[in-house]
This record gives sequence, structure tokens and C-alpha cells, in this order.
Amino acid sequence: MSDQKEYTLYNDTVMDHFMNPRNMGDLPEADGVGEVGAAACGDIMKISLKIRDGKIEDARFKTFGCGSAIASSSMATELIKGRTIDEIKNFSNQEVVDALGGLPPVKIHCSVLAEEALKAAIEDYEKKNAAVAK
Amino acid sequence: MKSVYLDHQASTPLLPEAFEAMRPYFTEAFGSPSSLHRFGLRVRDGVKTAREQIATLINAESPDDIIFTSGGTESANLAIKGFADANERKGNHIVLAATEHPSVINSIEYLEKHHGFTSTKVPVNAIGQIDPEAIRAAITDKTILVSVHLVNHDIGTIEPIKEISKITQEKGISLFVDAVAAAGWHPIDVQSLGCQLLSLSPHRFYGPKGVGVLYRSRKARVTSLIHGGVQENGRRAGTENVPAIIGAGVAAEVALRDMGDRIAHVSRLQKRLYDGMMSRIKFIKLNGPVPGPDRICNSLNWSTEFIEGEGQLLLFDLHGIAVASGSSCVSKSLKVSHVLSAIGLDHALAQGNIIMSLGKDNTEEEIDYVVETFTKIVDRLRTMSPMWQEFQEQKIDSVISPTGIGQSFTERAASVSGKPAH
Repeated sequence: MSDQKEYTLYNDTVMDHFMNPRNMGDLPEADGVGEVGAAACGDIMKISLKIRDGKIEDARFKTFGCGSAIASSSMATELIKGRTIDEIKNFSNQEVVDALGGLPPVKIHCSVLAEEALKAAIEDYEKKNAAVAK
Repeated sequence: MKSVYLDHQASTPLLPEAFEAMRPYFTEAFGSPSSLHRFGLRVRDGVKTAREQIATLINAESPDDIIFTSGGTESANLAIKGFADANERKGNHIVLAATEHPSVINSIEYLEKHHGFTSTKVPVNAIGQIDPEAIRAAITDKTILVSVHLVNHDIGTIEPIKEISKITQEKGISLFVDAVAAAGWHPIDVQSLGCQLLSLSPHRFYGPKGVGVLYRSRKARVTSLIHGGVQENGRRAGTENVPAIIGAGVAAEVALRDMGDRIAHVSRLQKRLYDGMMSRIKFIKLNGPVPGPDRICNSLNWSTEFIEGEGQLLLFDLHGIAVASGSSCVSKSLKVSHVLSAIGLDHALAQGNIIMSLGKDNTEEEIDYVVETFTKIVDRLRTMSPMWQEFQEQKIDSVISPTGIGQSFTERAASVSGKPAH
């Protein structure tokens, strides 16, 4: 096409996080791991957290899913670094959507998946900690 | 950046000859074919030629059997709803293949919802083929129409239309064949196929958009869906989209003239693409028949395990390569392609789906570039995939090449999400 305009399915921020995902991978010594799936579409998201003094020190993700699912997990792991566990418990998918500059309506559930994976990782951390405390 | 278009089942570029033929009909030959003066008569003559060109492409008994519509979807609507309306007295049951195009399925669903019709969807086998005997078994004394596509729009399966029409003719029932995915790429002879209705879409074979064709044998009655004047012999009211009709005629004539060469060319590329993908990519599966007599020459439908289709499509696009996908992530309904469900494909494999469809201008170099690019895309997405990791750690098994190490990706995904994906 001779057209000068770049046509992409998502906005620049989403495309950037899809093409250059932040924090992709695993944490070998993760303190909490959350893996969730979206029954609606079949996407899978896994978030691993390193937690120190009640704060998120590091985060990694792996995602089986579309461009917006990968971008949502990339953005979520960026946003939460340095936050306390209580802050994470109040984390909303809307924050991911806003930080990405918006997602198509049909793709909002991808950001919900990121929120769920994050909360599942915290749950896993608390479960492990409770076991240690005993 | 390179630019490789592998989505010819979505649309094709307009043939320069067709464009040139259309040009005067936008400006100087602008009259309405219904007008009785020379402005109208000139245009009427052009439309007549186009009708003959289309009739020749599919060996219709007469150019009068050709109805121009706005596209393949309208043709399917007219074939089903128009036929149902005209034949309601005879019965209210329709038999269709489970893998029909949405324009067919949704037209029949409309009749069920609003006009008291019932239908029977006949299942297909693992490569999308319909068993003619299953059609016979589905026919009741209320059946008025059987609807089976010639080539599947998604997985490229060629259906045994002649065997099916033997049954419909024996039972005195009409047969509608959606030939949109076939026309221009596969010889079509409506007389030897034995169908009474057949639809095609010129923009799939280098014609313009905005025009479709319904072949209707004189033996089949259809009522117009669009009411107004008596254009198209009263079967489709409204002033004709003349430039598009002219372009459709030229595209049909060239398609027929070049069909042998086009088929030979894309078949060669299809084989090269198939061999390249199968040898270079691990855990990949072709959906539909292998290249050969059971498959249309210009498409390949793939499922690559442990990665999702939209991500593949996006990365292809970033490399200048245009492909399609039937993944749930690509559909607005979040459902995987109903065709992939109908062939019993594992859900995760359906999600990892992409469709490549070839055209006359693709080259061997392009095919090699696509295969090379795909190896990188697969590696990249697998690195990101939690399921690929779990497969490497032998926590889940491959569906394509099972090793017997436990639950599959789909089973694992269902346990992670709490319920199976639809």
C-alpha cells in the first residue's frame, strides 16, 4: 500500500506492549504464582511475583492469548511493581485499560484476566505464608 | 518492508482489465439500464454481456438464469429466504451442512425464528466432508431445500455435490450450492453439478466488491427479498450496480480463460507452503484435506499448538504478511470458528488457528519468506506461552503428537479457568 498512514489493530501503546512485552518470563524463586484462564475465549495468563516487606519487588508474566491479552499482562506487571499487597488487592482492570490508552470493548476481558492472575498470585503467596507461619 | 497478501479468500485486488472496462460506466455510460433511450440501452447492452460472461463461467443453461445481487451474502439470503418464501406451501424443512457459511446458517435461522421453518444440520467428518447418505437420511417429507457449499470457506474442503444432487433430484428437492469459496478457482458447471441454485462472489476472483451472483435454474422459484421495480426479472428490485456488474463479467471471462494456469500456479505454491510449514514447524496441524483432489487449490488452514491465532496474525502483519484466523480472539463473539468446532478440533488448537489463501500473483519467494517468518513467530509466541512451558516441563501433553504424559492443553486450560471454554 502506498498509503503513508500506519494501520494497526490496536493503538500504539497496546502494540508497543505486544511487540516489546515488559517483564515476560518467569521468576524461578517466585513467592506467589497465579495462573488463570478465561472460560469465555480460552486465554491463559500466568503471573509470578517476588514479594519483599509486603511489597511487590518484581513481577513476570506468561500469556497464551491475543495481542491485547499479552499487552494487558505486560502493562499489569509494570504497574504493580513497588505496590503493597493491600494495594494489589484493590487493583482494578480499569487501571490496565487506562494505562494502555483503551482497549476495544470486546477485549476488556483481557484486562480482567490480568487482574485475576495478579490476585491469584497474591492468594498463592498468602497461602504459602500462612503455611510457613504455622 | 515486504508485502505479502495471503488472504485471497477474504478479497482479491481488482483485475486491471476489469477496472478499465468499468471506468466508462461511472462517467459517460451512466444511464439506468431500465431507461428506454440510448443512454439506457447502451448500459443495458453492457449488463447483458456481463450476464453472458457469468453464465459461461458456470455453464448456466441461459444468461436469464443469472441474478445480480449486492454480494455473496445477499445471494445466499435470496437463495434461501427467497426460495423458502416461494415454496412454503410444499414444506418448511431445510437440510444444510454444519459447516455452511454464516450467510447460509443465519438465513435459515431467520426462517426458523420468524417463519416456522425447521432445519437439520448434517455433521461433517474430521476433514470437513459431508456424507451424501447423511443428507438422504436428513430429508423428510417436509424438506424443500438442501444447502451444501461446493468448497468450505474456512478449511477448503471440496464437497461431493454431484452425489448429493443425485439424491435431491431423486427426491424432487432443490439444491442450493454456495460456491463463493470455489468460483474462479475451481471449474463449476451447474448443469453437471445438478444444482438449482448457486451463489458466487466476483471479488473473490479479481472482480469488484458490491456485486454478487445467484444462479437460479428455471426449475426453482424464488421470490424477491427487495421490493420495488422489476429489475433482474422481478427478483431483485433497485437500479443495478452497473460498473460492478461490468467488472464482474470481465473478471468471470478472465477467470475462465486463465483458470488452468491459475490453478496450476496456486497449487504449486500451496504444495510448497504445505511442505515448508510441515517440515519447519513442530506441533502444527493442517485442518481440512491435504492438498489434492479433496481440497481447493488456494488455501491452507493451520493450527499451531500452544500459541493463539490473533497473536500470529498480528506478528505476520508486522512482517507485511496478511493472513486470517478463526481463533476466538479474532471473532467478536469470542467463539472459535464453527467450522473448526464441526470437524471436532480440540479447542486450544482451534484457538491457534490461522488461514492462508493464495492468489495468482503470489510467488515462490513469498512463500519461502512466509515460512521463514512463521518459524520466528512461533518461537516468539511459544516463549511467551505458559502452556508451551508446561509442555516442556511435561506437565501437559500435545494434542497433535501425544506422548501420553497427562492432560492436554485444553483439559489443563479448563481446570485453570474452572470450566471448559464454551
